Amino acid sequence: MFDDFFIRALIAGLGIALVTGPLGCFVVWRRLSYFGDTLAHSALLGVTLAYSFELNIALSVFIISSLIALILIQLQKKTNLPGDALLGLLAHSSLAVGLVVIGFLTFIRFDIMGLLFGDILAVTTDDLLIIWTGGAVILLVLKLIWKPLFASTVNYELAEAEGLNPDRAKAIFTILMAAVIAISIKMVGLLLITGMLIIPAAMARNISDSPQKMVLFSIIGGLLSVLLGLFSSLEFNTSSGPSIIMASLILFILSLLNIKQSIKLKN
Amino acid sequence: MSSENSTLVKLNNAGCKQNDKWLVEGVSLTVEKGKIVTLIGPNGSGKSTTAKIALGIYKNIEGSVEKYTNKVGYVPQKISIDWTLPLRVYDFMLLTENIKEEAIDEALTLTGVIHLKNKNLGNLSGGEFQRVLIARAISKKPELLVLDEPVQGVDYTGEIALYELIKRISDTLNCGILLISHDLHTVMTATDHVVCLNGHVCCSGSPMDVAKNNEYKTLFGEQASQILSVYEHKHDHVHSDKGEIKKN
Repeated sequence: MFDDFFIRALIAGLGIALVTGPLGCFVVWRRLSYFGDTLAHSALLGVTLAYSFELNIALSVFIISSLIALILIQLQKKTNLPGDALLGLLAHSSLAVGLVVIGFLTFIRFDIMGLLFGDILAVTTDDLLIIWTGGAVILLVLKLIWKPLFASTVNYELAEAEGLNPDRAKAIFTILMAAVIAISIKMVGLLLITGMLIIPAAMARNISDSPQKMVLFSIIGGLLSVLLGLFSSLEFNTSSGPSIIMASLILFILSLLNIKQSIKLKN
Repeated sequence: MSSENSTLVKLNNAGCKQNDKWLVEGVSLTVEKGKIVTLIGPNGSGKSTTAKIALGIYKNIEGSVEKYTNKVGYVPQKISIDWTLPLRVYDFMLLTENIKEEAIDEALTLTGVIHLKNKNLGNLSGGEFQRVLIARAISKKPELLVLDEPVQGVDYTGEIALYELIKRISDTLNCGILLISHDLHTVMTATDHVVCLNGHVCCSGSPMDVAKNNEYKTLFGEQASQILSVYEHKHDHVHSDKGEIKKN
């Protein structure tokens, strides 16, 4: 049978896929993939702070990512720089600060590769608790703000005019993004978490004609990616994060084939 | 019912600035239940801005807005929908409120687009989309309808039918309507109150009062006099001061 660490990784990965599925749809719809990247890059700083002050990694990453999101919103209001320049500025400077801080922490042996690309060996029972309770809270909150968030994604002014308070929904969604990065950083790694958000959702877009279907297919795609990715990482001894992302890429390519076939059938 | 209770939205000397330039200023108007208030004016005169002030979309405004209802249906002038979203007409109808299936069908039937219910929103023509927008706004059975150029891109016969529908909705639902229209003819025949804008309120009052106003005539020129002719048709009777009809 499988080792305990593998079972833990499996449970963790499936929990993450359940959350990144619906959130990823909003990332695709609202064109936030680079925003997700920025939050993920800043997570390295969160991890180093967790080691320095002996905090919980997920909590520390959540705090730093939320902070970076707040700084971004302030910078957008106060400068005339375009959004992508601000995102790049924050992403790379927070990554740099994180790496410099790691340099100072000579007393701790860091598994940088594990941080960047995910490490299934690192998943503990405590992590499972964080992923599943955190994930459940994220999904619950997302369900509560679904209406205003979705309506303002379609059209901000309609949502605002008809009394749905889209600004509040957007702020809450930003926090949810920070939270999903926080719970999945160990498993998928900070360079690849955005892939986990985007690729299953992109795959789902190819095969769905309604928002509900897209969310459903995105979740299914994420779950399949985790299963395929983790089993192949065990088989070929590869890192967990890249294997999961590669699996989702394969599903994405398959979804493209599916479109071509259905067009052929129609003709 | 006192007039206070029937007020849905009230603008007091409201205005909005952007980059130190007034988009519109000093607008006062009231929309009441069962009444149609129409905004007219040339391009850039602040009609859509006034509607957005009334809806609470613009936050930093001068003056004040008092809104007494949250049941609002809005048909914006411009709507850009991102086609990264897979969205059918049906999903769009449920956008801001969970409406019963029958109400959706009824509204789509009234605007003549029930056959498009399961079509992707991105594949509709301009006129079809406009009909869906109107259907969405009325299906909520709102107390306040804000219609910004609601029949743009709709074919001529459809235009007349939709204006009749709007009038009927105002009567049956007893909702207040804030309408923006370029079609002066429609405006002058179906409206209770007209506000003529040109960066500020030029003139306002009943359609007849406005049509006689000199500022209105300067703004709309020849078109205005044509509309007047609708009213100043040859009478075979005259009205006495008390409104009684006397044959010539």
